[in-house]
Amino acid sequence: MDFNLALNLALPEAILAISSLLILVFGAFRGDKGMTSVSALCGAALIGAAFAAAFSHQGSAFSGSFIVDGVALFAKVAIYVAAVFVIVLGQGYFDRLGARRFEFPIIILLAALGMSMMVSAGDLIALYVGLELQSLALYVLAAFRRDDAKSSEAGLKYFVLGALSSGLLLYGASLIYGFAGSMNFHVIAETATTNLNVGLVFGLVFLICGLAFKVSAAPFHMWTPDVYEGAPTPVVAFAAGAPKFAAMVLFARVLQTGFEAQADQWRQVILVLSVLSFLVGGLGGLMQKDIKRLLAYSSIANMGYALLAVAAGLGGIPSLLMFFVLYMVDTLGLFSAQMSLSRKGEPVTRIDSLAGLSKTNMPLTIAITILALSVLGMPPFGGFWAKYFVFGAAISAGLWPFAAAGLVASVISAFYYLRIIKLMWFDASGGEMDKSPREAKWIAYAAAAFSFPVVIAFLIFVYPLAQTAAQGFGS
Amino acid sequence: MTPAIPNLLSIITFAPLFGALVITVLRFMARKDDEAIIAKNAKWISLWTTLITLALSVVMLAGFNRANPGYQFEEHYSWFGPISYHMGVDGISILFVALTAFLMPLCILASWDSIKERIAEYMIAFLLLETLVIGVFTSLDMFLFYIFFEGGLVPMFLIIGIWGGKDRIYASYKFFLYTLLGSVLMLAAMLYMVNVAGTADIPLLTKFAFAREVQPFLWFAFFASFAVKMPMWPVHTWLPDAHVQAPTAGSVMLAGILLKLGGYGFIRFNLPMFPYASEMFAPLVMALSVIAVVVTSLIAFRQTDIKKLIAYSSVAHMGFVTMGIFAGNKLGVEGAVFQMISHGLISGALFLCVGVVYDRWHTREIAFYGGVTKLMPHYAFVFLLFTMANVGLPGTSGFIGEITSLTGAYKWGTWVAFVATSGVIFSAVYALTLFKRVMFGEVVNDELKKYPDLSVREIIIFTPLIIGTIALGIYPAFVFNITTASVDQVVATYQAIIGG
Repeated sequence: MDFNLALNLALPEAILAISSLLILVFGAFRGDKGMTSVSALCGAALIGAAFAAAFSHQGSAFSGSFIVDGVALFAKVAIYVAAVFVIVLGQGYFDRLGARRFEFPIIILLAALGMSMMVSAGDLIALYVGLELQSLALYVLAAFRRDDAKSSEAGLKYFVLGALSSGLLLYGASLIYGFAGSMNFHVIAETATTNLNVGLVFGLVFLICGLAFKVSAAPFHMWTPDVYEGAPTPVVAFAAGAPKFAAMVLFARVLQTGFEAQADQWRQVILVLSVLSFLVGGLGGLMQKDIKRLLAYSSIANMGYALLAVAAGLGGIPSLLMFFVLYMVDTLGLFSAQMSLSRKGEPVTRIDSLAGLSKTNMPLTIAITILALSVLGMPPFGGFWAKYFVFGAAISAGLWPFAAAGLVASVISAFYYLRIIKLMWFDASGGEMDKSPREAKWIAYAAAAFSFPVVIAFLIFVYPLAQTAAQGFGS
Repeated sequence: MTPAIPNLLSIITFAPLFGALVITVLRFMARKDDEAIIAKNAKWISLWTTLITLALSVVMLAGFNRANPGYQFEEHYSWFGPISYHMGVDGISILFVALTAFLMPLCILASWDSIKERIAEYMIAFLLLETLVIGVFTSLDMFLFYIFFEGGLVPMFLIIGIWGGKDRIYASYKFFLYTLLGSVLMLAAMLYMVNVAGTADIPLLTKFAFAREVQPFLWFAFFASFAVKMPMWPVHTWLPDAHVQAPTAGSVMLAGILLKLGGYGFIRFNLPMFPYASEMFAPLVMALSVIAVVVTSLIAFRQTDIKKLIAYSSVAHMGFVTMGIFAGNKLGVEGAVFQMISHGLISGALFLCVGVVYDRWHTREIAFYGGVTKLMPHYAFVFLLFTMANVGLPGTSGFIGEITSLTGAYKWGTWVAFVATSGVIFSAVYALTLFKRVMFGEVVNDELKKYPDLSVREIIIFTPLIIGTIALGIYPAFVFNITTASVDQVVATYQAIIGG
């Protein structure tokens, strides 16, 4: 393998890694007052990396441990773009708190780097390195408001439980390595086909548990509501979308490349995870009073739907890609909307505080209504198409009982999205809101506009891309 | 024949949406203190929008070729994957489009003075609803159909929840979740169908033969959705709540149009796409319909709230529709379509009648009223006419709808028609009792003397409905001429498959 070619394939990662280090030095000199320029530089680096990924060749490098295929590139572009929005959100957020810290955008950059390693992982080491880079960055980000007890608690909880799951995953990886004699997914696949061993299956189960934790699939979801509640909102807006996308692609890659022949075995596990997730997400959300906790349960439910696409096998890959892009837009929009609401300087966290919003702030009410209807899965909004794709994939793979169950579960979660709409439109106003911060407000509007009508064009242009991207996945 | 206006169907479908956008823009551009002007403009814009939509649908009816059983005014653009933007109407759906366009201006007029707050939003919600409902009838792509079908829930949810009565929140949730639960099963079935047939195009799917073993499942999934919408006994319980809480115009839309989506869905999907299952489940549908006709008539008799009574009577009348459709013969299906159109006029008018008194005294308790005939003779006449039409008096459209669908049902099975006919008698009992208790007798409540008889606006609202009901009752061929070719085709295909 030509080293130059390898570097070429890893160009987006190289851009991110090198620029994060350089920007760190720059930031260290400028100090916290230079956060704006650091943010701008990080955003530029991400956009550069996104372009590099968009026009990258495909292939595999570093003796197969780094895979650049359509799926990886598609995911990378989506993740980088999401990261740019989060940097914009974070800039305003910390500015207003009076807690500007130049490390924030740089850690986002590192997290994005970790995620792009994850989606390109071709062996167990790359998998683990990517996963840990991403996780460590997010642990720090979750605890980023050091002076805030809830944020510190969120960070600690995330870290302890995350470390446990990384341990499980690593244990699984070591079992797989031990029984397969190789780190590489393809070699593992050969061994698994010719000589399937109990140890290998055990390793696979541990690996699945570790990954299920990262995507917050039930029963490994316990950390999600607490972390979402405590962590700074821009961080949550990031953590709810991009890392889960990366982890889900990784999930699909490990299972499809490494254990394709064992599909019948792992499919059961994935389906159990999926059904539990959308049930827990649907039922758990019913009693929530905090907006961010509610969105945490909503994301658990949505991961359940995404797992259906993973369980659907190769046919589910384009659906998975489409699902995550649409879902990330909704989450980003909803968290931005939450950030743009505050009353007397206090951020609005309780769902009840949304009461009567339609009487005081109509544009934002419309945006939140659209986004809530979208995650609810109401056509013609983006979230409906997300569901259309995953359930369609599940049904073509013959998993129709699970798809039907998921659809019925989505009616349960409809209840709590409706509650948001009800509070905003039907109830008496709880008083004027403060003026919304510009960037959060506009990201919420943009997300709503994406949900409808931009999605019409998005489906025309991006769906074929997702289909092409998924070709050759896992081979 | 080429239509006079290109993309006529899209224009009809999205004209109300355009009106809604205009109001939205005005609403956002206006200053805070312009509330009254925005409200006035919103009313006039929506009235004109709905009238233009009505005019366009008359143009469409005029250009419609009655001899052609297939789809006309078709538009076809591919969208993505198997989904395309495919519009078209046949002899069945064109009537529903016309009905919607006909009732909408009346709804706007009925809300003219009775809605006091958030008028611009109210009008936007109604115009959105019109677009979505017309879209259901004009779309010829399964997922496009689903978008419109499901999307209609949102404006209705808001209409009930914002402008509804005391228990509006309970009613709006119940309405939304009930209907959503039904339609997600339909979505699952649609996803299966598109996966098997490789197309979401309704005309193509109608020709596609789904395997005999899966038909019952698919049929049932669609049935779940449409039966809730219809609504059929025993999944009708959302309807009385929704009706009672909704504002008058909301009830008119609900009874006049939204209930018809169920019946339309049966004719468009269940009957032609899953003929074996339709035949297999026909006894079930017949049994449920007969129960609906008899039981809900008896329930209606016990009601103390005028609107609830009419709501239950709607459930009973929809029983005739399902009966006619699944009889699977020409008379039955034609009768069902006719009954839906006629019920759209009659029940809409009845809810408007309730609205008249509710606007004045803000109560729907039957016991509150009495002797209204003496005080409001014009109103009494209108109310009597529509009560009679609801009972199915010959000479009104209600009679034609009931007799035709009953004849269709008779051909399918004597007992069905026998039991259902007794339902007709029950309906006379509750309707006449209602009329007696509200209209006749002495004026016991002095409150009633406070307000005058029908206003000019109200007379304008009722006149087209009276003309429509009588005209269709005397010369039903207005409808049958249009439906006959398309219904013939549906029924002939169905009979050929189950017979052979």
